[in-house]
Amino acid sequence: MSKIKQILQQHILVLDGAMGTMLQQYNFSEEDFRGERFKDYPSSLKGNNDLLSLTQPEAIATIHAKYFEAGADIVETNTFSGTTIAMADYDMEDLVYELNYESAKIAKTVADKFTKENPNKPRFVAGSIGPTNRTASLSPDVNRPEYRAITFEELRIAYKQQVEALIDGGVDLLLVETIFDTLNAKAALFAIEEVKEVRNIDIPIMVSGTITDASGRTLSGQTVEAFLTSISHVPLLSVGFNCALGAEQLKPYLQRLSDKTDFFTSAHPNAGLPNAFGEYDESPKQMQTYIEAYLQDDLINIIGGCCGTSPEHIKAIAAVASKYKPRKIEVTA
Amino acid sequence: MSKTKNKYLTLSGLEPLVVTPESNFVNVGERTNVTGSRKFLRLIKEEKYEEALSVARDQVEGGAQIIDVNMDEGMLDGKYAMTTFLNLIASEPDISRVPIMIDSSKWEIIEAGLQVAQGKCVVNSISLKEGEAEFIRQAKLVKRYGAAVIVMAFDETGQADTYQRRIDICKRSYDILVEVVRFAPQDIIFDPNIFPVATGMDEHRLNALDFFKATKWIRENLPYANVSGGVSNVSFSFRGNNTVREAINAAFLYHAIQHGMNLGIVNPTMLEVYDEIDKDLLKHVEDVLFDRSDDATERLLDFAETVKGNKKEDVTKVLEWRNKPLQERITHALVKGLDAFIIEDIEEARQASPKPIDVIEGHLMIGMNVVGDLFGSGKMFLPQVVKSARVMKKAVAYLQPFIEAEKDGKQEFAGKILMATVKGDVHDIGKNIVSVVLGCNNYEIIDLGVMVPPEKIVETAIEENVDIIGLSGLITPSLDEMVYVSKSLEKKKVTIPIIIGGATTSRAHTSVKIAPNYSNTVVHINDASRAVTVVGELLNKNNKVYKEQIREEYNKFREQFLSRTAKKEYVSIADARKNKFAIDWNTSEITKPKQLGIQDFQDFDITKLEAYIDWSPFFRSWDLHGKYPDILTDEVVGEQATDLFKDAQELLKRILDEKLLKAKAVFGLFPANTVNDDDIELEVSPKESLQFLTLRQQSRKAAGKPNIALADFIAPKTTGKQDYMGAFCVSTGFGTAALAKQFEDAHDDYNSIMIKALADRLAEAFAEYLHKEVRTNYWSYAQSENLSNQDLIKENYKGIRPAPGYPACPDHLEKNTIWEVLDVEKRIGVKLTESLAMWPAASVSGYYFGNPEARYFGLGKITEDQVADYAIRRNITLEEAKKWLNPNIAD
Repeated sequence: MSKIKQILQQHILVLDGAMGTMLQQYNFSEEDFRGERFKDYPSSLKGNNDLLSLTQPEAIATIHAKYFEAGADIVETNTFSGTTIAMADYDMEDLVYELNYESAKIAKTVADKFTKENPNKPRFVAGSIGPTNRTASLSPDVNRPEYRAITFEELRIAYKQQVEALIDGGVDLLLVETIFDTLNAKAALFAIEEVKEVRNIDIPIMVSGTITDASGRTLSGQTVEAFLTSISHVPLLSVGFNCALGAEQLKPYLQRLSDKTDFFTSAHPNAGLPNAFGEYDESPKQMQTYIEAYLQDDLINIIGGCCGTSPEHIKAIAAVASKYKPRKIEVTA
Repeated sequence: MSKTKNKYLTLSGLEPLVVTPESNFVNVGERTNVTGSRKFLRLIKEEKYEEALSVARDQVEGGAQIIDVNMDEGMLDGKYAMTTFLNLIASEPDISRVPIMIDSSKWEIIEAGLQVAQGKCVVNSISLKEGEAEFIRQAKLVKRYGAAVIVMAFDETGQADTYQRRIDICKRSYDILVEVVRFAPQDIIFDPNIFPVATGMDEHRLNALDFFKATKWIRENLPYANVSGGVSNVSFSFRGNNTVREAINAAFLYHAIQHGMNLGIVNPTMLEVYDEIDKDLLKHVEDVLFDRSDDATERLLDFAETVKGNKKEDVTKVLEWRNKPLQERITHALVKGLDAFIIEDIEEARQASPKPIDVIEGHLMIGMNVVGDLFGSGKMFLPQVVKSARVMKKAVAYLQPFIEAEKDGKQEFAGKILMATVKGDVHDIGKNIVSVVLGCNNYEIIDLGVMVPPEKIVETAIEENVDIIGLSGLITPSLDEMVYVSKSLEKKKVTIPIIIGGATTSRAHTSVKIAPNYSNTVVHINDASRAVTVVGELLNKNNKVYKEQIREEYNKFREQFLSRTAKKEYVSIADARKNKFAIDWNTSEITKPKQLGIQDFQDFDITKLEAYIDWSPFFRSWDLHGKYPDILTDEVVGEQATDLFKDAQELLKRILDEKLLKAKAVFGLFPANTVNDDDIELEVSPKESLQFLTLRQQSRKAAGKPNIALADFIAPKTTGKQDYMGAFCVSTGFGTAALAKQFEDAHDDYNSIMIKALADRLAEAFAEYLHKEVRTNYWSYAQSENLSNQDLIKENYKGIRPAPGYPACPDHLEKNTIWEVLDVEKRIGVKLTESLAMWPAASVSGYYFGNPEARYFGLGKITEDQVADYAIRRNITLEEAKKWLNPNIAD
């Protein structure tokens, strides 16, 4: 049984909060994004947050450290868009391995430092694997519903490359997150299983879907239970939901998930729903209250934050999470 | 709290399917199988995928909980057909809600199918036919793709046709799957082979019975494993005698379920209800199934002859919704995304409508609005809406030739629309949907893609001369980018309506941050289905009213929003005074009026005023909106406005010719200085001074922006500079009431209203005229001014003439002071009512400020501290002060 699995039997683990929200505060300019190395790069690079692992590594390390200081047990690598598919928007497909490898290193170095300072609270790094910007089961062209902008095979290859780089960079676990099309996630899981088999390793996998709106479904139309069914063929560390909704709106779906799964459960909701200006303004205190309701109902093993959450939110979440026992499951491994 | 392990077969499409012991038998639809359905094969061969989909839909609507898809036919590219059909199913939510059974004897077709299905499928099938190695390889892949699997009772030597062979092969397969591949046992489904009965051959006599027994053994000995089979095969020898076939199928199914079969491929239309099988027939059938006698088959064959031809009527589902009224059918088709009848319904609608375009703007829009509402409330989800759009497209395509025929056969787009996801944002799903929905509605779409720089949007909009610009974005920074784009467009004087959409956009953001920067219309669209309506309205020839509505709606929304959010943002009156409008009195130009003191006009020549009339408010008073003179040629209200204007001119001519109204005015210019920050001390005569009290803005201002009071425009006494100001009252209302009554008595309400409206206009014109005279003559600070009436309407003159009761000076009590200063009532007879309205109504009173820096402003809300201060200055109680200033006091 992996170390993190053992710890999860005893404690609720805290995942970090938003990377993008923290980066926004730096207000990096096009030049900052480019750094010296990409000074003359032909395409516009502003907004390519993953690239900051190469051009502004201190900022990334500082943000990881802030989340650890706030009480996070797990931080996510700055690799949400680290696939050839997502990087194609910036013509940076060739940098994918390096981006993932370096991002993993940065996070791991910070994590090791914190673990060393306090060995009783080991810190972990989760390799963040985003959904890419294409959907394998939805057509972008309504006139051609049979058309797909991306295939399973293309996704599998892209994910495999990201997974290998993340593992080489030293991540402790993999987090397939913000899944709005389950078929994309299945391709990621397929790639992970391949890498595991070839390398003969066992690395814990977290899976986190996204319920996009009031219909209570993923973007590709699946219900909570259908989503869970579609990804449970892989031995997962945890399954959960993140993004799109705030902690309050997410609760009924977590309840359904928690009832149905024997995996550990996770959630990293947004800091509420965006207000009229697209800002997430739920306070740490408010969010803490909603999360405490999860804990009271025994729904959660891993808890953190997504869009709009800050170290203050994570601090508030960690404080309340420490007061509760984790959700119990029957562990067979 | 420990939970029991879920060991039930669980599958998924968009919704889950859990096969528990309590589940009824799970029915797999078999019609989407080219080997079993000639019709389906033909549809696939001819690439008639739409009809092929309706076969699938019929299955699901008919109760199939899984649908089996098989494309194994020599003449077909099986991989292509499987991928295409499953992709199509994925965009049909009422089909794809159920799991798919991917059925092929070719592994590459199975794998192609697995790669396009997001749900947990069933692979049909794998077996030991090619040996253990291949079996293991395929099973591993099935597991990795996340599917369940049907395992045929088949091994290297062939198909299991006895009880013993069946259980041996199933046992061997199970052990390999569970122990070697680590396949979840609940995901294994055995197919122990259903073979035809009553074939007349002795070796087939046990076909049904052995299946029943093997099924029972599997369910008892191979934990969690399931059993399935293709039921129709059992009655194969009775092809052509449906009554008997249906009875055999039903009876076999009934007993197979009793023995533990929990899934099966059954054609529901080839199935009698077990309890309704004729008792004699049932006995004959069951004797065969259970091999109860040597001559069971013979006797069934004989009996079958007697029921032949008793063919049951095809019980195709009665489509009840087809009996509903036309609009309901069209709405139903759009909501359900069903296009089977849309053409005939649209044809019916077309014939019933004056113009083919009315069907789009009427019937179809009504339906799409229902779709929009359902989507908005979470009762429909995206793929369904997309489907609705497709039905819409089909309907519009059908109407197109009719619409074009009306347009002299010229192919024309309804409009050209630019679509772009703004710079820094790569999300385009929503934008694409809107593009397609609009494309379906005959708009030409120029899609600039994602991360589009503002320059490119501006450039393309101008070059392509588009009719509408659509901006989309999902992430927060896109909101600012949209503001920037709208400003860039404004800078280039682009006057193309903008539509805003995307997850983080909102009406609030659009109305508060975008619309104020753009002179033309900006509309926020919260979902794709609304896009058509909005674009239709915007491109309508008579769009003026809609655009004004939108502008007004957004203005109102913005005001509400800002007044709501401005709550906390006030500064104290003391701080506001520190931030007053600063005029440098050392350099400011002060002109001493040529003629100080009070003057009046007792019977002014009203004909001089005609040139000064601002007609736009006149039309507004008749609820006709638009600017004069454009309003006279406006598409919507032009005709009415022209008629009205003609009548007004006639009456005006009468007024002027017959001097029906009398115009009077009084005004005065005085030495004045500001005292105590906000009061203006006026030297009415060397012995008498009076004070005007002004009110100061208190909302918190951006850095560098002052909190203004009218007193700021007059030099403070402390500067030692002598400054001046004026006051006035004009009226053209004398005679109005009598005239109006004359008209009323003659039952001519129209002219009764007209005379009042005209008197009002004349009073304003008089105020304008007098102000001009004061500027250029009596005060003479703008002697050389040469402004047209349009310039005057636009307030392009130097100095201001604010009026009590209006934004800069909402305090009506100031009228009392003006009356006192000018002795208004005595000089020209205009009275103040108890509530400080002027009588006659067609009167205007106010102040004159001559400083070049003086400008109009709105006081906005003030807080209690200023009200209290004001009460002391005015020497009234706080309550009275509150009563008068109430609309301006912040809550």
